[in-house]
Amino acid sequence: MLVGTLVYGFINSSILALLAMGFNLTFGISGVANFAYGAVYIFAGFLTWIGLNSFGFPYLVSVLLSVLCTIVLGILMYYLIILRVKGLALSEVMATFGLGLAIMELFRYFDFVGFRYTLPVFFDGSLGIGPVFIDYQRLIIAIIAVGLTLFIYLFTHHTKIGLAFRAIAQDERTALTFGIDSDFIGALSMAFGSALAAVAAIVILPLGTIAVEGGYEVLINALAVCIVGGLGSTVGILVASVVIGFAQTFTANYLETHWMMLVSLIAIAAVLIIKPSGLFGRQKELEERI
Amino acid sequence: MKKRKERIDRGIKARSEDIFALSSYREMLYLLLPRAIPVVGLLLFTPLLSSYWQEVLISTAVYALLAISWDMLISAGLVSLGQSLFYGIGSYIAGALNHYWGWSPLFTIPAATVAGGLVCTAMLLPVLRLRGIYFAMVTLVLPLMLLRLVEATRILGGTEGLTGLDPFPSQLTALYVIQVALLAGLFGFRRIIGSDYGLIIRAINDNDRAVLSAGLNIHWYKTQVLFLGASVGAFAGAFGTHLDMFAGMPGFALDYSIMPVASAVVGGMGTFAGPMLGAFILVPLSEILRALGTLRIVFYGLFLVVFVVALPEGLFHYAQRKYHQFERWVEVEK
Repeated sequence: MLVGTLVYGFINSSILALLAMGFNLTFGISGVANFAYGAVYIFAGFLTWIGLNSFGFPYLVSVLLSVLCTIVLGILMYYLIILRVKGLALSEVMATFGLGLAIMELFRYFDFVGFRYTLPVFFDGSLGIGPVFIDYQRLIIAIIAVGLTLFIYLFTHHTKIGLAFRAIAQDERTALTFGIDSDFIGALSMAFGSALAAVAAIVILPLGTIAVEGGYEVLINALAVCIVGGLGSTVGILVASVVIGFAQTFTANYLETHWMMLVSLIAIAAVLIIKPSGLFGRQKELEERI
Repeated sequence: MKKRKERIDRGIKARSEDIFALSSYREMLYLLLPRAIPVVGLLLFTPLLSSYWQEVLISTAVYALLAISWDMLISAGLVSLGQSLFYGIGSYIAGALNHYWGWSPLFTIPAATVAGGLVCTAMLLPVLRLRGIYFAMVTLVLPLMLLRLVEATRILGGTEGLTGLDPFPSQLTALYVIQVALLAGLFGFRRIIGSDYGLIIRAINDNDRAVLSAGLNIHWYKTQVLFLGASVGAFAGAFGTHLDMFAGMPGFALDYSIMPVASAVVGGMGTFAGPMLGAFILVPLSEILRALGTLRIVFYGLFLVVFVVALPEGLFHYAQRKYHQFERWVEVEK
């Protein structure tokens, strides 16, 4: 029982980390809290499904197409909406939230509801680790979560665009004097965030069905991880996803599944009250509270 | 030859603004007309509507109350994304009093208004020091948390809720109760914000540190504003619960959080009349669009986006400007 809980706790943590990565990247670089994140995630999932089942494309083609479309959606969202209200935190939140609502409910309107909306797993079968059996898909999730974390670390530390990302995040004005176009980088950060959401959707969604409600849950989970870990901090979200992931799995196993969502909500509330910038966030005393 | 638009206050505005001895009917009407429209419109003409539209109007008024409660909070710089907290708490208190102890709506609604205001204020008190988006996120999370708590602990009827509560004697009673409450809230809040006390509240929104350094206890003021806003929201919840004869988890639904924000954005924040106007546009519109099913939520979302991006001042500010000022094109000086 305990071994199983630990293994599934680790996998739950990887899922949370995958979900939060895109949200965190966009926020960390351009400071945009993308409340349409859950909608982007669902969008990618349904697009892959449409590619596979309505058009009959091969798996790889429909995955690539859906990631590409999600990236385009992110860029359009940045230039058409976010850029016009940039810096007004509340307006950003309301505009992206409204758009996310519109996207998700549009899917509901076109009747994308039911058990037939599932994505295929990568490989069938499962693996026994001691007394616990885990299917390959969950293993792949853990591997991809670790791989993407490494990729993002290498990308932001060793490529020109990655360094530009970090420059904008650290000090936008100084970065501007070095010829880094903050609007373009902002759009790129949005594109990256959307792409990460799409990858997360394609990897995680085969575990269940694609549902519109899932979008809200994804947003709350991503928010929970980012707030607890500290918005914009990569180490923070890794630690937070481990903490919340294990806490959720333990409550689900030893208490009841009803309490699972409550864990992340309590974590959010507690962190916001005690240290609003999160466990690893940079403290911005006067912006947070007075 | 470049031109720019110049806006100048109308003469009648300047004349009727400060001088209290009004000298003509024109000036009196200028002041009275905008205020009389909601009063006369609501109290005299709504009973003439069909029963169905009266019902729509009642739910519109409930949302309008939540919207002006939101506007009260924003006047002190408190951004709430969880008006459903107030609605849900109010509805559960009224429902429990009625269900377990059999109090009549005549007592449950006032009790829920005050108690709901106190409970919500107490719940948000620890985070009142948070600013901007941090406060907003807590308010977004709290109703969801309570929802899950009710689900997990099965208190207060659990997922089924409290059913079979006392209804209002008639639809017309309900209509008048909510309309009078709405008008009282609207004019009361406008009065409060217009007074010296309101000046402090608005100053907290503009620059809280300046107010702090003037030796005023901003946390105490914020607590008072929170109580005012929360009680109005709790009243809406208590009213809604007797209207539906049901108190339950839908009270914490996202609808009650989104609609007030959307109304305020469409109508124009900080004026109380604006959010009310917004609610009176959005809720009936959503009723007309009911045939479209969930597509109307798509429209809400897009409405929100378009107004936030293209017309951030909102309809009421725009109308107010046209009413008080005239515009003309003037040449730009070299």
